[in-house]
Amino acid sequence: MIIRLLTAIALTMFVIPAAAAADTQITAAGSTALLPLVKQAATEYSQAHQGIDISVSGGGSYVGIAQARSGAAELGDSDVIAPGNSGLMDHKVAAVGFAVIVNPSANVSSLSSAQIRAIFSGRTTNWKDVGGTDQGIVIINRPRTSGTRAVFNATMMGVSKINEAGLTVDSSGTVVTTVASTPGSISYVALAYTRGKPITVAKINGVAPSEGTIVTGKYPIWSYEHIFTKGKPSSDVADFINYIASNTGLLEKLGYIPISRMKVKETNR
Amino acid sequence: MGALIVYLAYMGLQLFVVDHVSPLTFLFSSNFAPDEKHPGALVFIIGSVTITLFAICVGGPLGVAVGIFLSLLAPKRLAGAMKPAIEILVGIPSVVYGWLGLTLLVPLVREHAGSQTGFGLLTAGIVLSIMILPTVVSLSEDALRAVPVALQEGSMSLGATRWQTIWNVLLPAARGGLTVAVILGIARAIGEALAVQMVIGNSAVLPKGLLAPTAALTTEIVTDMGSAQEGTVLFHSLFSMALLLLLIAMALIFAVRLALRRSA
Repeated sequence: MIIRLLTAIALTMFVIPAAAAADTQITAAGSTALLPLVKQAATEYSQAHQGIDISVSGGGSYVGIAQARSGAAELGDSDVIAPGNSGLMDHKVAAVGFAVIVNPSANVSSLSSAQIRAIFSGRTTNWKDVGGTDQGIVIINRPRTSGTRAVFNATMMGVSKINEAGLTVDSSGTVVTTVASTPGSISYVALAYTRGKPITVAKINGVAPSEGTIVTGKYPIWSYEHIFTKGKPSSDVADFINYIASNTGLLEKLGYIPISRMKVKETNR
Repeated sequence: MGALIVYLAYMGLQLFVVDHVSPLTFLFSSNFAPDEKHPGALVFIIGSVTITLFAICVGGPLGVAVGIFLSLLAPKRLAGAMKPAIEILVGIPSVVYGWLGLTLLVPLVREHAGSQTGFGLLTAGIVLSIMILPTVVSLSEDALRAVPVALQEGSMSLGATRWQTIWNVLLPAARGGLTVAVILGIARAIGEALAVQMVIGNSAVLPKGLLAPTAALTTEIVTDMGSAQEGTVLFHSLFSMALLLLLIAMALIFAVRLALRRSA
């Protein structure tokens, strides 16, 4: 089974790009928080530029970093900075807020930082203790491949450790569908995924996530979205990255924030 | 094939040789913290063993029973129609079983079994039971058909009822083949990754009961392989888990051969 699986992965990684090698082929992989943006940008960019073919996949931020480093993907999408001196070049393309999302059955719309810490470290286990219904809390986590998890951990958890006892799901999209279908569940996900879904986006310390509250640093969970390339990118790749970062209309439409608007520094939060 | 085993063994042992992790920690600790050089895989081992046992306890007897029905009791026409149908079921990709489990079984378990999430050992066990069923049915049917008709006729002519004939003559005569059917069912269950990953919940904690989410050896490899940097403890411990799965599979193959030799 594993061998079959690895073969399948090897096939999708090497054979399929090679088969389409007639065009200029660019592959991007990694953060599912950044995925909607890169995917949409790739579609628009390859329509406007003949002969450039961009394939985009998820996997998680640390997968993106690993693939950019190994050369399996030209672009490694990530919510977090690559650890160590990696030989990777960092291109910041946007800022994004992350929402704490709750299944509506919990009947909770606002949480304090301390309550969020208590819930995710496993000290608070029932919604009635934070003003909701009498219902057990189910934590839905992302695996260690996730940059969203790393950002949530860094901004909200402090020295507390995330409790692993709930479910672990492996992409931002799955987080939203799982929270929507599991009574009493709570998780964290990029804001871009929360629009029009049957879930509650919790206010944190009374502040709802919006562009206004994120750029001033009032809303605590946000990060820059990075695209990593192995060394200096080729001119095609550099042009595509620039296209993503400068496309204000697309960024706004999908719920990302252009970097120029950020008034607060990532290190000062 | 030999090279593959050697490579897996070499990589799988790095954890103990290079990283100096005690095999006892790997096998008997439930704290999976590769970043702290403490990759205890007990949770995953227990997860794999539990769902496999569950699958074989449910799917094994059921599969053999259907095999008995098809080979000995069913009208010829029905048996003739069922055989190709079951063979098609053997070939259904595991992602299809996983998808059905996720969309049908998870809500069912959530609403009727008293589990808040619907993900967990029970759901994974049921999915696996269904997955191994066609394999067990198909092989046990063949095993029972291979029993010489003379044995059956002899038993009947001595005045034995049909049930007595099945229980006392046919089942013992087909013992070897039936064992093979069950063991190959176990092998399919323990090696399954995708379908299980979709319904087990994937949390690296010891389950408090059948309804609790947990993880298995295969699902842990799938979940973490993307981010495992070469040379890290995480990377090596995934290889150790793969090696452990290989050893289990090899043990099962030897068990099959033993069963076959005994019946011959």
